[in-house]
Amino acid sequence: MSQFRGRRILAGAMTLIAAAALTGCGSKTSDEKSTAGVSADVSGDSVKVGLLNSLSGTMAISEVTVRDSIMLAVEEINAAGGVLGKKIVPVGEDGASDWPTFAEKAEKLISQDRVAAVFGCWTSASRKAVKPVFEKNKALLFYPVQYEGLEQSPYIFYTGATTNQQIVPGLDYLKAQGKKSVYLVGSDYVFPRTANKIIKAYAAANGMTVLGEDYAPLGSTEFGTIVNKVRSAKADAVFNTLNGDSNVAFFKEYTSAGLTAASMPVVSVSIAEEEVKGIGTQYLKDQLTAWNYYQTTPGAANQKFVAAYKAKYGADKPTSDPMEAAYVAVYLWKAMVDKAGTFEVEKVRAASGGITYDAPEGLVTVDGPTQHIAKTARIGKVGADGLIAEVWNSGKPITPDPYLKSYPWASGLS
Amino acid sequence: MTAAPLVGTDPAAVTGSPPGGRRGRRFDGPARTAAGFALGAALLFAVAPLTLSDFRLSLLAKYLCVAMVAVGIGIAWGRGGMLTLGQGVFFGLGGYAMAMHLKLADAGPGELPDFMQLYGQLDELPLWWRPFASPWIALPATVLLPMAVAFGLGSLVFRRRVRGAYFAILSQALAAAMVILLVGQQGTTGGTNGLTDIQGFFGYDLDDPVNQRMVYFIIAASLLALLALARQLIRSRYGELLVAVRDGEERVRFLGYDPAGVKLVGYVIAAGMAGLAGALFVPAVGIISPALIGIVPSIEFVIGVAVGGRATLLGPVLGAVAVAWARTALSERFPGTWTYLQGLLFVLVVAFLPGGLASLWVLARQRRSDPAGARWWRRARPVDRAENRTEVSAA
Repeated sequence: MSQFRGRRILAGAMTLIAAAALTGCGSKTSDEKSTAGVSADVSGDSVKVGLLNSLSGTMAISEVTVRDSIMLAVEEINAAGGVLGKKIVPVGEDGASDWPTFAEKAEKLISQDRVAAVFGCWTSASRKAVKPVFEKNKALLFYPVQYEGLEQSPYIFYTGATTNQQIVPGLDYLKAQGKKSVYLVGSDYVFPRTANKIIKAYAAANGMTVLGEDYAPLGSTEFGTIVNKVRSAKADAVFNTLNGDSNVAFFKEYTSAGLTAASMPVVSVSIAEEEVKGIGTQYLKDQLTAWNYYQTTPGAANQKFVAAYKAKYGADKPTSDPMEAAYVAVYLWKAMVDKAGTFEVEKVRAASGGITYDAPEGLVTVDGPTQHIAKTARIGKVGADGLIAEVWNSGKPITPDPYLKSYPWASGLS
Repeated sequence: MTAAPLVGTDPAAVTGSPPGGRRGRRFDGPARTAAGFALGAALLFAVAPLTLSDFRLSLLAKYLCVAMVAVGIGIAWGRGGMLTLGQGVFFGLGGYAMAMHLKLADAGPGELPDFMQLYGQLDELPLWWRPFASPWIALPATVLLPMAVAFGLGSLVFRRRVRGAYFAILSQALAAAMVILLVGQQGTTGGTNGLTDIQGFFGYDLDDPVNQRMVYFIIAASLLALLALARQLIRSRYGELLVAVRDGEERVRFLGYDPAGVKLVGYVIAAGMAGLAGALFVPAVGIISPALIGIVPSIEFVIGVAVGGRATLLGPVLGAVAVAWARTALSERFPGTWTYLQGLLFVLVVAFLPGGLASLWVLARQRRSDPAGARWWRRARPVDRAENRTEVSAA
C-alpha cells in the first residue's frame, strides 16, 4: 500500500522535473546577454581590491607570504595617499588550495564585493579555474607567480615570469657552462609537464641530451628510486621542477646518495628563499636556482622593500620572487589606474602598455599585447646563510613571449 | 568484526529502524512525506530563487550537487552499511563524461578542445574521446558509466565478502588511482587543471545568469527526484533487505537471500547518483578536476552525510548542504581561521550528536514521549539498546 502512495509521490517529483524543464526557457547563445559585466564599486572615498590566496591547505605555506607582501604594498600606497585619491580596502578570501573554491571566491569578490582588481592565485590549476570567471565578468586578475606560459587572457596581468624569462635562461646558463646532458625531475602537475616539454624541445635544438624524465605525485616524499635513476644516468645536471614538500625529501635523498652541486648540479625553478629555509641549507648549498629576483638583488628599491617587509613581518622573514612579483603587481595596477585616470577595466587595460616601474628586481615594463611584464632573468646559487646569491643575469629585461613564438625550436609546442 | 567499533558504536542506526516501525502516528507516513516534498519543492523552486542573488543561487546549486551524492551514500552506507569512501570516483566519471561532451561542443565539430592543443600536441581527437561528441552517448554515460564501474568492482568485492574497513580502503585506493591516471594523461585529460572554461550547455551560454538559473532548477528537480527514488527504495522490500544485510549479513544468508547481490544493487545505485551529481556539477560550476574526485573530497562527501545522519532519508541531504554552506560562510567571514572553526563544528557534532543532525529530531521526540530522554545529554549514548545490539553484529 505504501508503495502505491510512494509511486504517486514519485509521479509528483517527475511532474516537478517537467515543470523545471519548462521554466528553463533560458536564452540561447545567439541571444543578447541579459547582463554585462559587473563594474567595480568606486562610489565612496575608498576602492576595494580582492586578495585571493590559499590560507589553508597544502599551498598555504607559500601563498600566505604572497598575501603578506600584497598587504605591505597596499599599506604603503594608502600611506602615500591611495589610488586616484581613494584609499585601498583589501578584501581577503581563502582559496583553500582547492580550484573550484578559487572560482567561487573570485566570483564572490567580483559580484558581491565589486572589487576593482584581484591579486592572487599561485598554481596553474587555480588560475585556469578562475580565468573564465574573470573573462565572463570582465574583471582584472593580477597573477604573481612564474608559470608554464602558453596563456594570454585579456583580463589577467601576469607579473611573474613566463618560460622565456626563467626556464629558457636557466637552460642557456647550463649550456654556457658546458653541460651536455640533463635529467628532468618534477612534481606531477601541469607546470612541470609543460616546462619539461619545452626543455626537451630546447635540448633537441641545442645539442643537449635528456637522459630521463620522472614525475612524483604532488606532496610525495619517496625519492629513493628517482634519485637512484638520476645517479646511474650520470647526467651533467638535473633540472628540478618539484614543488613544495617534495623538495625536502628529494634533496635529502640526493645528498645522502653522495651527489653534490659539484658532481651534478641541480637547477630548481620552484625553490626560493622561503623554501631554502624549509629544506635546510646543508642540503642545498651551492645548488642553482632560476628566478627574476632574490633578496640579495642589488638596488635601492630592493633595500627599501626588504627593510619594509622585515619591519612589518619580522627580521627572520626572507623575501622571495613570487612575493616581490605580487608587491610589484599592486604598484603596477596603481600606475595603470593613475595613467587611465579611472578604475574602469577596459581603460586600465588600454593604459597598461609601456608602463614602467622601478621594482625591487630592477626596471620592469608592462608589455601591452601580452599583458606580461618584461623582467631580468637571474640565476642564483644557494649560500651557506640560506640566501641566494646571483651568479648570472640576462643584463637587460627580457621581453615576455608566453607562446615562445620568437624561438624557432619551439615552433611545434603550441 | 574489524569494523565493529566503527559501525557498532554509531547510534545513527537509531533512526534507521525498519520502515513502518512507527506507523500509526498522527501525522506520519505518506501524508507527511507528501508534505515534506511540497515543502522542499517550495523552498527550492520558490523561496531560494526569489531571495538569493545569482551568485548565492549558483553556490546553492553546487551544494545541491553534493547533496545528491549524499543521498546515494545514505543508501549505501546508512542503509547498507558499506562505508563508501570513494564516491569521488563516480562523481568524477559523471563529471568528466559531461565535461568532455561540453568541451567538444564548445570546440565545434572537427576541432580539438583548447587544452589538447596546448598540452597534447595532438592532431586528432583520441579514440576514447570520440563517443562523447554525441549527447546521446555522453548523457546516459554520465550515469551508466559510474554504475558499470561500481558493478564491476562490487561484483568482485561483495562476492568475496570484503567489507568494513577493507571495503573502505579499497574504495579509497580506487579514488587515488583515478586521480593519478587523470593527472598523468595531461595531454588528453587536462592533468591537474582538469577540464575548465566550459562555456556552453547544449546551446545555452553558461555565462548568462538566466541560464545559470536554469541549471539550478534542473539540479533542484533532480535532487527531489533522487530523494523520491531513495524513499521508494527505503520503503520497498529491497530496502528492508538492505538494512537486514547491514545488521546481520550472515542471518540474511541463512534465510536464503544473497547478501552480495543486495549490497551490489545499493552500491550501484549510489554510484549512479554520484555520477548524475558530477554531471550536473559541471554546468553549475564550470570545472571538473582531479582535485574534486580524489581521497579528500571523497571523505568530505561522507562527512556531510555523517553530520546529517546517515541512516535517514533527509539527514544526508541536510548534512551535505549544511557542511558546504558552513564552509562558504565561515571562510568568507574568517578567511584566516575558518578551518579551525569547521573542525570544531565536526568535533561538536560527532561528540554530542553522534547520530547526526537528524538525531536532533529523534531526540526531541524521545524527550516528549519519554521523560528519561529529557536527560539525554547525561547518558553516554542516546541509543535504543535493542537496536544497538543488532548493530554490533553488522560488521
